[in-house]
Amino acid sequence: MSKLTLSRRRLLKAGAATGVALGAPLHFVKGAYAQDKMSCNMPTGSEVVLGFNVPQSGPYADEGADELRAYQMAVDILNGDSDADAISAFSGAGNLKGNGILGKKVTYVTGDTQTKSDAARASAQKMIEDGGAIMITGGSSSGVAIAVQSLCQERGVIFMAALTHSNDTTGKDKKRYGFRHFFNAYMSGEALGSVLAEEYGKERTAYHLTADYTWGWTQEESIKNATEKQGWQTAQAVRTPLGAGDFSQYITPVLNSGADVLVLNHYGKDMVNSLTQAVQFGLREKQVNGKDFQVVVPLFSELMAQGAGSAIKGILGTANWDWKLNNAGTKAFTQAFGKKYGQPPSQAAQTAFAQTILYADACERAGTFYAPEVIAALEGYEHDGLGNGPTLYRAEDHQCFKDVLVVQGKDDPKDKFDLLEIRKIVPRDEVTYDPSIFGGDLGPADAKQC
Amino acid sequence: MFGNLSRNDWLLIAGFTVLVLAAPIWLAPLGAGYPAIMEKFCIFAIFAIGFNILFGLTGYLSFGHAAFLGVGSYAGVWMFKLFSMNVVLSTVFALICAGLFALIIGYISLRRSGIYFSILTLAFAQMMYNVAYSVLTPITNGETGLQLELSDPRYLDNALGASQSIGLPRTSFFGIDISGGGMPGFYFCAVILIICFYLSIRIFRSPFGMMLRAIKSNQTRMKYTGFNPKPYLLAAFVISGLYAGLAGALMVATDPLAGAERMQWTASGEVVLMTILGGVGTLVGPVIGATLIKYFENIFSAFNENILNATFDFLPEGLRHFAVEFSALFVGEGWFLTLGLVFMIVVIFLPGGIMEGIARIRALFSKKKTQDDAAEGSVVAAE
Repeated sequence: MSKLTLSRRRLLKAGAATGVALGAPLHFVKGAYAQDKMSCNMPTGSEVVLGFNVPQSGPYADEGADELRAYQMAVDILNGDSDADAISAFSGAGNLKGNGILGKKVTYVTGDTQTKSDAARASAQKMIEDGGAIMITGGSSSGVAIAVQSLCQERGVIFMAALTHSNDTTGKDKKRYGFRHFFNAYMSGEALGSVLAEEYGKERTAYHLTADYTWGWTQEESIKNATEKQGWQTAQAVRTPLGAGDFSQYITPVLNSGADVLVLNHYGKDMVNSLTQAVQFGLREKQVNGKDFQVVVPLFSELMAQGAGSAIKGILGTANWDWKLNNAGTKAFTQAFGKKYGQPPSQAAQTAFAQTILYADACERAGTFYAPEVIAALEGYEHDGLGNGPTLYRAEDHQCFKDVLVVQGKDDPKDKFDLLEIRKIVPRDEVTYDPSIFGGDLGPADAKQC
Repeated sequence: MFGNLSRNDWLLIAGFTVLVLAAPIWLAPLGAGYPAIMEKFCIFAIFAIGFNILFGLTGYLSFGHAAFLGVGSYAGVWMFKLFSMNVVLSTVFALICAGLFALIIGYISLRRSGIYFSILTLAFAQMMYNVAYSVLTPITNGETGLQLELSDPRYLDNALGASQSIGLPRTSFFGIDISGGGMPGFYFCAVILIICFYLSIRIFRSPFGMMLRAIKSNQTRMKYTGFNPKPYLLAAFVISGLYAGLAGALMVATDPLAGAERMQWTASGEVVLMTILGGVGTLVGPVIGATLIKYFENIFSAFNENILNATFDFLPEGLRHFAVEFSALFVGEGWFLTLGLVFMIVVIFLPGGIMEGIARIRALFSKKKTQDDAAEGSVVAAE
C-alpha cells in the first residue's frame, strides 16, 4: 500500500491558507456596512425584519402559539394589512401609520426556543446572523429570557421580553438592550400581600412549597416579605424538585406544622399537580387555629387554570392582564383578536402584542432604527391604552410599571376562557419599588456591528 | 508517527478538511451558511465523534455523555470569569475537569456492562443535571445559566492590562474574536474538529482501537487471551469524555453561557441519535448525523407559513394552499416529526445508518471492482 507523505507543517500551512482565503471576502463585506450611525442589522432595503422567538415544542408550546398569533396580528396592523382597531386606544397610535415601521414593510422570522436556553440562543443567533432581525421578542420562561437577553446585549439587538416573571430579568441580570413589559414576582408579592391580609386576616401562618430554582426562590422571598409586612408569620419554606409530579410527601407535613395558609410557588405543570393534590388531600376543608385553611398560588395563568380544573375555584393569585378587564385598550385588543382567531387572547399574547407595538412606536418616535436611539426612546416612556392602563417603561431597569391584577378562580365558569375573575386592580404606585434593591447593571448602549 | 494510516485514510482526512473549511460556501445555498449554525455543526460533530469512540468501538452505550459536555461548559465559563477571555486557557481547563469527571464516573459505571452500564451513566448524568439546576446554584447559577458579567474579576486579563472594552469582552484566540458571531469562531471550531477527526482515525487504526473492537466482539475471549479489558474500557470512556468536554468548551467559547439543561438526559439521548443516524462505528457517520440533526433543529423549525407560501409560489392557488398546509406539518413546530420519520426510515432500512446507505450506493456503482473492495465497503459500514 502506498503512503502519502505529508508533513505536519505542510498540512497546517495548507489548512491555515485555506482558512484565510475563505475568510477574507467576508471580512471585506463586513467592512462595507460599517458607517456612522449603523447598529446591528439596520435595514438597508425596503423591509425590516423582526424575530419572533417562541416555544413551539415542549411544555409551553400553547403559550408560544398564542404569542405567535399576537405577533402576526401586530405585523398585520403595522403593515396596514388589517385595520388598526386593536390599537385605537393606544396613546401612541398616531405614530403608527399602517405603512410598516418608518415606511419599511415589516417581515418576520420565527424560531423554536423549546423552552431551553441553548436552543433559544441558537434560534436567536440564526435570526440575527441569517435572518437579519433587528429586534427579537418572545420567550415563556425566565431562564430563556435572560439567556436570550444577554445574547442580544452582546450582539446589539434589542430584545423585547414576553412571558418572564422572575425578578432577575430586570433585576440582577438586567441589560441595556432588554425590555420587559410583563410584571415580576416582587410586584406579585406587593399586590397580593394587602389582599391576602384583607381576605384572610392579619394573623396567619404561611407554609411555602417552592420550586427549587431561581424563579421559585425569588417568588418565595417576595411573597414572604410582603406577607410578613402584613403581620403574617412563615412556618416553613420547603423546596420541591422541579417536575416532581407527586407532591403528596410535601403536602402531608403541612397540616402538622401549625400553618393555616399554603403558598404554592410553582408554575406550569408543577402548580397544576401540587394544587390538585392539596385539594384532594382535603386541605381546603380543614380548620387550623380556628380558621379555614387557605391555599394561595401567587402566579396564575389561564393555561394553568385550565389544567387544574375545579381545584382552582376560589384560589387567589396575580396576573399581568386579563381579557375581561374593563378599559378601552383591553376591549379593542380582545375584540380584534377574537375576530381574527375566534378566542380571547391570553396574557402571553397581550404582552407579546404590546411589546411589538411599543417597539414600532419607539422607532417611529426616534425616527431611526439605530438601536441606541430606539433604546433612549423606550426608556422612561409613559404610555396608555394597550390594556394595562397608564404604563411607564422605567429607564433605570427597563421594567414596565402598571397596575397588577389580583385574580381568583371563578366558582361557576362559563367556558374554558372564563376561569378567572378579577378581584382587585392594585394601582401601579403600590407595586413600584426602588430599582436598586436587586442590584445588576444595565451596561452600555453602544451600537454593535454585525 | 504517520505509520499506520493508509493512503485512503489520508485522502479521507484531506477530503474532510476541504469540506469542513469550505462549509460556508456549500452550506450557504442550504440556508445554513451563517457562523452560529456552522459552529454548532462542528461542536456536535466533535461530541458525536468522541461518543462514537466509546459506543462505536466498544459497544458500551453511555446515556450520560451530556454531563461531560456540561462540565466542560461550566469549567470554560469560570475560566473566562476568573482569569482570561483567551479560549486556550478555558479549553484546557475544561478538558481537565471533564477528564476527571469521566475518570470517576467511568471507573464506577464500567463495573457493569450492557443495560446496567447505560442506566448507571444515565443516573450519574441526571444527578449532575439536578445538582447543577438547584443545589449548586452558587457555582452554576441554576436555571438562569452561568454568564459573563461586567464585574467579573478576570485577574489575568487585568494583570496584563488588556484593553477595556465598553460592555462585555468577547472571548478571543490571542486577539482574534471567537464569540460575537464572526467567521473566526467557526474556523476555530473547524480546525479543532479536523484535529479531532484525525485523532479519531488514529485511534480507529491503532492497536488500542483493535483492543476496543475486541471488547465489543467478545470480552470473555479477550480475557482468556490474557488481556484485561477494564483499563482499555476506562481509557476509551475518558477519551470520549474528553471529546465531550472539548465540545462543551467550544460551546462556551463561541457563545459564553452555560446552562444546566445541556446536561439533561435528552441531550445525552441526542448524541446517541446522531451517532446511530450517521452510522455507529464509522468514521464519518457521527459527523453526518450531528450535522443532520442540528440542521433539522435549526433550519426546519424556522420555516413558517410565509416562507412556505413563497416556496410554493409557482403553484396555482388551490394546489398551493394544499401544499403549504401539508408541508406545514413537517416544518416549524413539526420539525420533531420530520426528524422522527427520518430516524425511523434510517433505522428500519439502513441499520448501519446513513453510512450504510452511502456504502450501498458505492457498491452499486463499482460492481466491476474486485470482491476485495466490496468486502472492504461492508467492513466500513459494520465497523
